[in-house]
Amino acid sequence: MSRYFPRRVAAPAVALSAAMVLSACGAKTDTGSSTAKGVEADTSGDTVKVGLLNSLSGTMAISEVTVRDSIRLAIDEINADGGVLGKKIRPVGEDGASDWPTFAEKAGKLIKEDRVVATFGCWTSASRKAVKPVFEKSRSLLFYPVQYEGLEQSPYIFYAGATTNQQIVPALDYLKSQGKKSIYLVGSDYVFPRTANKVIKAYAKANGMKVLGEDYAPLGSTEFSTIANKVKAAKADAVFNTLNGDSNVAFFKEYKSAGLTAPKMPVVSVSIAEEEVKSIGPQYLKDQLTSWNYYQTTKGAKNTAFVKAYKAKYGKDKPTSDPMEAAYTSVHLWKAMVEKAKSFDPEKVKAAADGVTYAAPEGEVTVDGPTQHIHKTARIGRIGADGLIEQIWDSGKPIEPDPYLKGYDWASGLS
Amino acid sequence: MTIPKLLTHPAAGFGSAALLLFAAAPLLLTDFRLGLLAKYLCIAIVAVGICLAWGRGGLLTLGQGLFFGLGGYAMAMHLKLADAGPGELPDFMVLYGATGELPWWWRPFESPLFALAATVLLPMAVAAVIGTLVFRRRVKGAYFAILSQALAAAFALWLIGRQATTGGTNGLTDIQGFFGYDLNDPVNQRTVYFVIAAALLAVAAGVRQLIHSRYGELLVAVRDSEERVRFLGYDPARVKLVAYVVAAGAAGLAGALFVPAVGIISPALIGIVPSIEFVIGAAVGGRASLVGAILGAIAVMWAKTTLSEEFPGAWTYFQGLLFVVALAFLPGGLASLVRKARERRSAAPDDAEDVPGAGADAAPAPVPASAKKPEGVTA
Repeated sequence: MSRYFPRRVAAPAVALSAAMVLSACGAKTDTGSSTAKGVEADTSGDTVKVGLLNSLSGTMAISEVTVRDSIRLAIDEINADGGVLGKKIRPVGEDGASDWPTFAEKAGKLIKEDRVVATFGCWTSASRKAVKPVFEKSRSLLFYPVQYEGLEQSPYIFYAGATTNQQIVPALDYLKSQGKKSIYLVGSDYVFPRTANKVIKAYAKANGMKVLGEDYAPLGSTEFSTIANKVKAAKADAVFNTLNGDSNVAFFKEYKSAGLTAPKMPVVSVSIAEEEVKSIGPQYLKDQLTSWNYYQTTKGAKNTAFVKAYKAKYGKDKPTSDPMEAAYTSVHLWKAMVEKAKSFDPEKVKAAADGVTYAAPEGEVTVDGPTQHIHKTARIGRIGADGLIEQIWDSGKPIEPDPYLKGYDWASGLS
Repeated sequence: MTIPKLLTHPAAGFGSAALLLFAAAPLLLTDFRLGLLAKYLCIAIVAVGICLAWGRGGLLTLGQGLFFGLGGYAMAMHLKLADAGPGELPDFMVLYGATGELPWWWRPFESPLFALAATVLLPMAVAAVIGTLVFRRRVKGAYFAILSQALAAAFALWLIGRQATTGGTNGLTDIQGFFGYDLNDPVNQRTVYFVIAAALLAVAAGVRQLIHSRYGELLVAVRDSEERVRFLGYDPARVKLVAYVVAAGAAGLAGALFVPAVGIISPALIGIVPSIEFVIGAAVGGRASLVGAILGAIAVMWAKTTLSEEFPGAWTYFQGLLFVVALAFLPGGLASLVRKARERRSAAPDDAEDVPGAGADAAPAPVPASAKKPEGVTA
């Protein structure tokens, strides 16, 4: 060693590094006196920055770009209207690249380098789980726009999409009311489908439904002939589909070529919205079912205006969908919370959140303070030949969010 | 002393690297950027191993994600158990429905000593088993590369399929403490950075000794003409095995250090794509040169961050372009630039012992075999 690393270099280097390491001993976990503080957002200027964290590349880009577009639409509207607390909003965009550790890195950059007042974005649950500790440690707010599997309640995340009791449970109730006695589960291999299927199996057990099979394909997989054949052989009354992204294209093509159709064996999907229908091709999806809280066809003046504004900005052929609407709504809800709190401070915004309402395209939504979820109306839809989804059933009124399914006896073993 | 000389003299090289890492970087960078640098240094530790196995030994290790993952998960499993407290299950297990007991293969990781040892020894043991089987059967070249990649992909799929005990696609996230120190504290994050920087220097020094030993010469000989080495009475399988196992150990250590630095380990970090990225960093820098591989790995990671921050919509194209340009015009990596400049200056190169061209089982890519006189390109 000494031949290549003489003492006169080694000694100062070692001394220096030892000194640096010794000087760098921080708080211990067990003392409970963590010196870690939140990162303070920069609200000094005439503008405040907000973070937009979506995948612009990779397998999730097709879905997440539409969410980014609708967040920008909401920001433009708010800025045209005078901003928030007299300050204009400046969006700072980052690419999560469909890669969960990248999401964590970019979340850190937005909070610590750009010092944003809030961040909007994430789609997959895996990306949300990756950024959750970053937002919690920095005490910064994330607004998450997509339906998810529930069983989570981070103090620094607002969940603008549906939790299980606002989407999956109503879909199962609907199937039950239609006399479906057996189901087959198909999903992508990651946390949302696996956790959603746990909920579905618990529901089925308590409600006398049979689960005839459960299959997972890797995210991005396009090989579905085996699964389609298994589904066909199982002769279930319905299929519950939690596939995400590109895989749906291959699955529905195989499904059709296996001779399966909606009247014979309907597929209920919880991750296929108008944008995905367009890319899969409506001819493969005709009459199949979806469960969401919003469709482009949802009635109401507010939605008519939203669809019109979106198409004017991004093009006539661009549909609007549930996650886009939830993302758009989340920006407006954040504005309402900030104005009620009269501050951008995350703690004050959280304290002011309970009961904040907004007349959203999906109808009036209300923030539930304790869970930081949103009251939403469940809607079952049928996919039409034109690629739009027509509502065939709704819950009548907004459903109170119950992320841990505490109000359902059959779900007692889940969390 | 001119800059190139400074870079090329080994002792000065180590000294200035230590100065940069321990004094300049912490003073100049914000906490956030220092955290990113810590992450890049972890990848550089993997690149050191790749430099030995691929650059020197001709083993195109396209599956280092497997060993990176083993080390990372070994560390993360211990930290998750420590966060949960004695007798408690980690949070994700409760959430994803593991019932009651800790799985048997998690139990040993309750001990910090076992976990620490496992981060390096487990990948080395796995590499020893794989290497013995593969090299004895004389699997080489593209077949070896495909096999090692398949193993990394299989490991990632295995982890994804076992959500209740491995965290599935999410991986192991939300790690709060590091052997009793709170990772939320920026001061402790800095300490983690120093540990990683020290580990990089130590691993680089160790591998450098190995490269310059008799073994190192033998390794290059095996790369360039395995049959001839066999006829001389050596066992090439054993020579390659050592390089492969050391590279696996370096990757395991890197994975273990990555966890406290970044706070996450997931299948997304160990599958095919990240495994290729490990190799690309070393290739861009110059895989046969230790300094080249290290700087290349850091530069590629840094470029990835910077490009994606500057051009969030189009950065993947720029990154692709960078690789194509680097590999098409500089097959020996950036290190070959430095060497060319030096050769031009000293008209009489004393690199006669050099073996140009790749051996039979080297990479299919055009190989410049920058197996130069050691002092030249390593630091």
